[in-house]
Amino acid sequence: MPRTAIQAAGLNKWFGEGDAKTHAVRDVSFEAYFGEILYVVGPSGSGKTTMLSMISGILRPNTGTVKIEDTEIWSLSNDELAQFRLHKIGFVFQDYHLFPRLTTAENVAIPLILQNRDWDEALKEAVLDLEIVGLKTRAQLPPVKLSGGEQQRVAIARAIVSRPDILILDEPTASLDGDTGRNIVTFVRRNILSDQRCIVIVTHDLRIYEFADRILKMEDGRVAGVERESLDAQ
Amino acid sequence: MPGILRIAYKLLVNDRAKFAALLVGITFAVFLMIEMTSLFSGILKRASATVINIGASIWVMDPAIQTVANTIPLPDYVLDEVRSIPGVKYAVPLYSGTALLKLRDGVYQAANIVGLDDTSLFGRPTLIAGTIEDIFAENAFLAVEDSEFYKLENPKIGAEFELNDHRGVIVGIAHVASSGLFGVPTLYTTYNRALQYIPNTRFTISYLLVEPKTPADVPAIKRQVAAAGYLALTKDEFIQKISNFYKYQTGIGTNMLLMTVISFIIGMSISGQTFYTFILENLDKFGALKAIGAKGRELISMILFQASFVALTGYGIGVGLCALVIWLALLYIPDYAAIITYPNLGLALVMVVIIAAFSSYVGVRKVLKIEPFDIFRG
Repeated sequence: MPRTAIQAAGLNKWFGEGDAKTHAVRDVSFEAYFGEILYVVGPSGSGKTTMLSMISGILRPNTGTVKIEDTEIWSLSNDELAQFRLHKIGFVFQDYHLFPRLTTAENVAIPLILQNRDWDEALKEAVLDLEIVGLKTRAQLPPVKLSGGEQQRVAIARAIVSRPDILILDEPTASLDGDTGRNIVTFVRRNILSDQRCIVIVTHDLRIYEFADRILKMEDGRVAGVERESLDAQ
Repeated sequence: MPGILRIAYKLLVNDRAKFAALLVGITFAVFLMIEMTSLFSGILKRASATVINIGASIWVMDPAIQTVANTIPLPDYVLDEVRSIPGVKYAVPLYSGTALLKLRDGVYQAANIVGLDDTSLFGRPTLIAGTIEDIFAENAFLAVEDSEFYKLENPKIGAEFELNDHRGVIVGIAHVASSGLFGVPTLYTTYNRALQYIPNTRFTISYLLVEPKTPADVPAIKRQVAAAGYLALTKDEFIQKISNFYKYQTGIGTNMLLMTVISFIIGMSISGQTFYTFILENLDKFGALKAIGAKGRELISMILFQASFVALTGYGIGVGLCALVIWLALLYIPDYAAIITYPNLGLALVMVVIIAAFSSYVGVRKVLKIEPFDIFRG
């Protein structure tokens, strides 16, 4: 039986009050396991991003719990939660959100710097991670000098530099052409996924579905089904 | 430097256009603020030039005196009365007035005439040419080599002029601590010669210069002088009284204050707006940092650091620029009255800190409001 990385139970999230109240996520429960890539798919407005934010400790649910390994994350204080995210969760944002005024290596080193690691030591580790994503030679360039695919790999290097257990990728292929998108996800599957890591990817992109271990379908804020229960079956 | 501040520093300085705009805004504001206040300090110092140059501990005057330039003559008996006050070591008369000189080329030139007590020459200036004993010679005057000296046609020892149909001879060239405010040269002579050469009113003593036996005697002397119907002020009090007159009763203070406040508002507007734009442009990055795990106080420290760094750098450049401009101005315009004082620098620093605090405040408010969830939503 694979080890549970994320356990979400009875998650509900609504915005606004009265007539303006919008129920974004309704009673969502699921588990994600170490060693798997879990896709979260669904049409726009189905609650994917809201759900992703709740399981990654960014958006507090109105009801429900999220347990990452043995920690009930929404029982933590804001500072503890920030610290938890810093050490346990890596983020790859849809628009990368790289700092154009920093070098590529400095961008990658940000999580280590936030952990109060020595600047030079953090940069050395960042360059090692850039080597993993094949961009060591671009370490001193600003991200704006890189292609979209290269920027995505820089974002991945930044997400894994602090060796997080959970990796969250939000629409990682949305801004990339078909081949580059497939290459990125192939790269993630081959080089980033491990038995000690769980990767959750929110995507619309049908072209990369083949790389998922399981696919969580969402519709109208609810889980509409789970495809490829291969890991559950183990 | 902590890593988070190093990131803040790089985000700031690597955005060269914004950084330059911020620096220009702060520098401009600091330059204007210090220039204005320095000019005012220069005016105030020059307005008290006679008091500074004479250097007496206590000045006795008519209570209606507002500034050293407008004298109200005292009767001679006041001198005797003050000399009889216990605690007075000595008291001497001083003549201070203006006269019209006729120079050798026939040009008329107004001048300040300071008449020193004949016995003691108390308050005499430092001579850079000639000997002080020569002041007792016939028709003798000392010319002060200050920014107005050239108006006497740069006289040498032996140069002659006419004063009220009397012959005057320059017997020494002197140096004083401060030039006067009104753009006229200064001549020193003896008290009695000043009275002899210049038409006078019934009473002739402009001021009494008093030296107390000990500093502890000053309050008693002031009380006794007040009881006689006159006013005794220490040197610092007299300088302050003159400053207050120019600050509050001439409009100069209001104008300078207004210009300083306008400079401050301009600086705050430029810097505040530019810093706000800088924060807005980086808002998503701050949100991403928050999502990754940066705490609110770390983001606040980044913004405070950025605002403080740009404010202090702009302050330094502004002070340097102002000092350079004043130095250059003094090289070419000897009359230019501006001095940078510690209170000027302190005032400008306080205003810059307010600008930095205002800029930080708008930035911090914005950054604290951004939710990492907004980053996911794009």
